Order: sequence, then structure tokens, then C-alpha cells
Amino acid sequence: MIEVKGVEKSFDDVGGRRQVLFGIDATFYDGKTNLIIGQSGSGKTVLVKNIVGLFKPDVGQILYDGRDITTMDGKQLKELRKEIGMLFQGSALFDSETVMGNVMFPLMMFSSMSVDEQRERAQFCIDRVNLSGSEDKYPSELSGGMQKRAAIARAIALNPKYLFCDEPNSGLDPKTSIVIDDLLSDITHEFGITTIINTHDMNSVMGIGENILFVNKGHVGWIGTKDEIYNQDNDDLNNFVYATDLFRDVRRYRLKHGYQKG
Amino acid sequence: MILNRSLDSFGNYCTFMWRSIGIPEKWRVFFRRYMDEIAKLGIDSIPLILIVSLFIGSLCTILIKLNINNPLLPRYTVGLTTREIILLEFSSSILCLILSGKIGSNIASEIGTMRVTEQIDALDIMGINSANFLVMPKVLGMITIMPFLVTICMATSLFGGYLICVLTSIVDPSTYIYGIQTMFIEWYVWFALIKSLFFAFIISSISSYYGYTVQGGSIEVGKASTNAVVMSNIMILVVDVILTKLMLQ
Repeated sequence: MIEVKGVEKSFDDVGGRRQVLFGIDATFYDGKTNLIIGQSGSGKTVLVKNIVGLFKPDVGQILYDGRDITTMDGKQLKELRKEIGMLFQGSALFDSETVMGNVMFPLMMFSSMSVDEQRERAQFCIDRVNLSGSEDKYPSELSGGMQKRAAIARAIALNPKYLFCDEPNSGLDPKTSIVIDDLLSDITHEFGITTIINTHDMNSVMGIGENILFVNKGHVGWIGTKDEIYNQDNDDLNNFVYATDLFRDVRRYRLKHGYQKG
Repeated sequence: MILNRSLDSFGNYCTFMWRSIGIPEKWRVFFRRYMDEIAKLGIDSIPLILIVSLFIGSLCTILIKLNINNPLLPRYTVGLTTREIILLEFSSSILCLILSGKIGSNIASEIGTMRVTEQIDALDIMGINSANFLVMPKVLGMITIMPFLVTICMATSLFGGYLICVLTSIVDPSTYIYGIQTMFIEWYVWFALIKSLFFAFIISSISSYYGYTVQGGSIEVGKASTNAVVMSNIMILVVDVILTKLMLQ
């Protein structure tokens, strides 16, 4: 479980400091797909970067199962990072390595496994994301969806306790997006990972959002589940979620027919 | 303003290099990357070095012959002067200026692209010291291979001079050979090799710094690549003057 308590963050800007996060409080649970949603520029990426320790918050605490990342020294942070997997928006696969090389990389750096064991574990992860047969391909030879799956395989190679995904569906077609969403959801439940997904893809929100944090202009706008999102009356959230005709129609239909679940 | 910015950049460069120095996470991985860098940055540059050196050696010989027509000067002066130019300046400084274009832009664009495609963030998230992981093998690889490249350059340039003598008879080849052996000072070879170590460090570290600190997209990567080459060239010339003053006077 990851707890965010009163996190504030500001940056130097032309004409002074610009505050991006204002006292964010949130909890992200084990074995659940936790989604951070919000408009572009709302501060969700800054929040994620604070949580993973790429930024240090000005104020507040970020607790990984009770361990505060904001007060950790370099060695403690390094140890914690071995428990973290991250899926970047652009996949961030190493161009010079094959899929197998990419997935083996964290094992090579941090595990005491023999090369054969590393290969075996990497193969398991590659098979798990349905990428068998692409082990010897380089990232440039893969489609966007395959790159994302290879990045997921690399992220779970070390059996992380915490998995962060930054816009996992960006640049993917709707069908591939669903495949990636389902894969992330399955992996989360299968391995009991605390998964945090930063997204503004509403299909993901409605599909796998078990715990949703809506960030609005740097504040916590709303917290709930995908089932609650249809029935809430938060104007900012509604403007964000039901920005398209399709989702407005879906909501109208569900409310009209009294759907509360599913 | 410019002074402030320069000092700021220098401070950032020093901090970056301080981060880069350290014991590698895994020696096996480090050694593999180190060997890769030697091959990629050094061995792959040999064809360019051979071509450039061959022609520069030939040109030196032709131009010296054209400009030394005084009958009081011995005929072997052409070989002797060609050798001195090649040993003292061309094989180290000029070669490194040329290599900074090839290797410097390669390093800056490679690391810069890794930065903008979040590959460096991925290393950091994994708990790897990305500066150390990326830069150390390049710097040590360059320092290791550069003296060999300089030695190849020396031999090829002198051979280029000999070849032009054979092909055009502007100087008798045996006189040229006598010239390059006459009044030979071994220290000049060591001088060139020592200088090349400094230049190897300058090219690899400055280019890495510019690549690592890229912010933005492909345009910024291009700018960083250009800046890396320009700054490396300037620093090579500055250090060349300092080392020549310190080591030859």
C-alpha cells in the first residue's frame, strides 16, 4: 500500500514559484489497479514523479508500506527502487538490446541468478505478456503495443511490489489499449502488486478503475471506483469524464435504467 | 552574464562527472559495456583515421617540399619536418578535433536520445546510477583506445608521405625515410600519447554531459550534439596549448 499525505510541490517559473500540487492525500491499495486521472496539466505526472522519487515534495509524506520515501537516504532509496517497476509512456526500452536483453536487464543488474536462471525468468515474463517469438527482436522492430508489452515484461521481471504506469495506452489503438489494460489488471491481481496508472483514457477508467483518484488543478478532485463514477455529482469530474458524447450517452442510459454496478 | 552562465555550466559539468565516478553496479555488465564502447567509439573509427591520416601525411610532404626550396637546406628536411608536424600536432590534436566530430556527436546524440525517450529515467527508477552506468564505460573506453588510434595515425601519416614520394618522386623515397629517422626525439611520441589521453577524456566527458542534460525533443538533441562538438573542440585547443607549454618548454 502506498499512502500520500499532504504532498505539495512547486517549481521555479518565470516571475517566481508555481505551485503544481496542493496538499494531495490519497491511498493506493495492494492488488488493485489504482488510477490517477485528470486533465493535461492538472499535475498527475508531477504527482507520480513525486511518488516514485524522481521529484522530492516540498511538503508531505509518501509512505510505501509505512516507509517514507521523502526521508530515505540514497542507499534506502536504491533498495526501495528494486521493489518498483515502471512502465513509461514511450515504453523506454533500451534501443541497443533485444526484447530478451531488455527483460533480462534488471535481473542482470540486481539479482544473484545465474545467466540461465535469468533467461528462464525473462522468458516467463515474455510469455506472460504474450510476446513469445519476439525475444530476439529489437524495440524498433516491434509495434507500439508490442513495445508496451515488452516494457511490462521488463517492469515485472524483478517481481515488483509496486508498478507504475505512465499513460500506458498513449498512441495505441482502442483494441490494443484494451489488451494492455487487461494485461495490467491481470498482472496486478495475479501478483498482488500495488499498481498505479496515470491516464486520461476513459476506456481504461471504466474498464479497470478499482480505485480512482481525480486530480484537478493540483488538488484531489474526487476519489472512488469505476462504479461510483457514474453516480457522482462532481462537476469538474463530470466535465472531464463525460467530455465526449459517447460517455454522456452511456451515463444517461445507465442512470435511466438504474444500473449501479458493472 | 556569459561568465555566470559559463561558470554555471562548468559547475554542472563537475557535478555530473562526480556522479559518474563510482564503482560499477555489476562488473560483468560494466566490462561488457566497456568493450562495446571500445569497439564502437574506437575500432569503428579506424577506417576514418586511416583515410584522413594517409591524405594528411601526403599533403604535408607535398606542401613542405613546395615551401622548402632553399638549396642550403638538406633534402631530408621534408621527411624530418613531416615527422615533427605529425608527431607534435596532427596525430594527437588535429586527429582528436576530427574525432570529436564523429565520436562526440555520436555520444551526445545517443545519450540525448536516451534522455528524451525516458530510457535514462528508466535506469534511475531501477535504482541504477545512470550517469555512472552510461558515462564511465565511454570515458574509460576512449582513454584506453585513444593512444592506439594515435599510434595508427602516426604510422599511416608517415606512410602517406612515403607513398606520395614513391608515386610522384617529389622527394627520393630513401631520402624521405632518412629524414623521418634523423634527429628523432622519442619524447615527442610520448608527448602525443599523453595529450591524447586528455583529449579522449575531454571528448567523451563533455559529449556525455551535453547528451545527458538534454531537455526537450529531437531539435534539442541536435543542438546538444552540435554544442558537444564545438565545446570539445574549444577545450581540446585550450588544453593543447597548456600541455604544449608545460611539456615541451
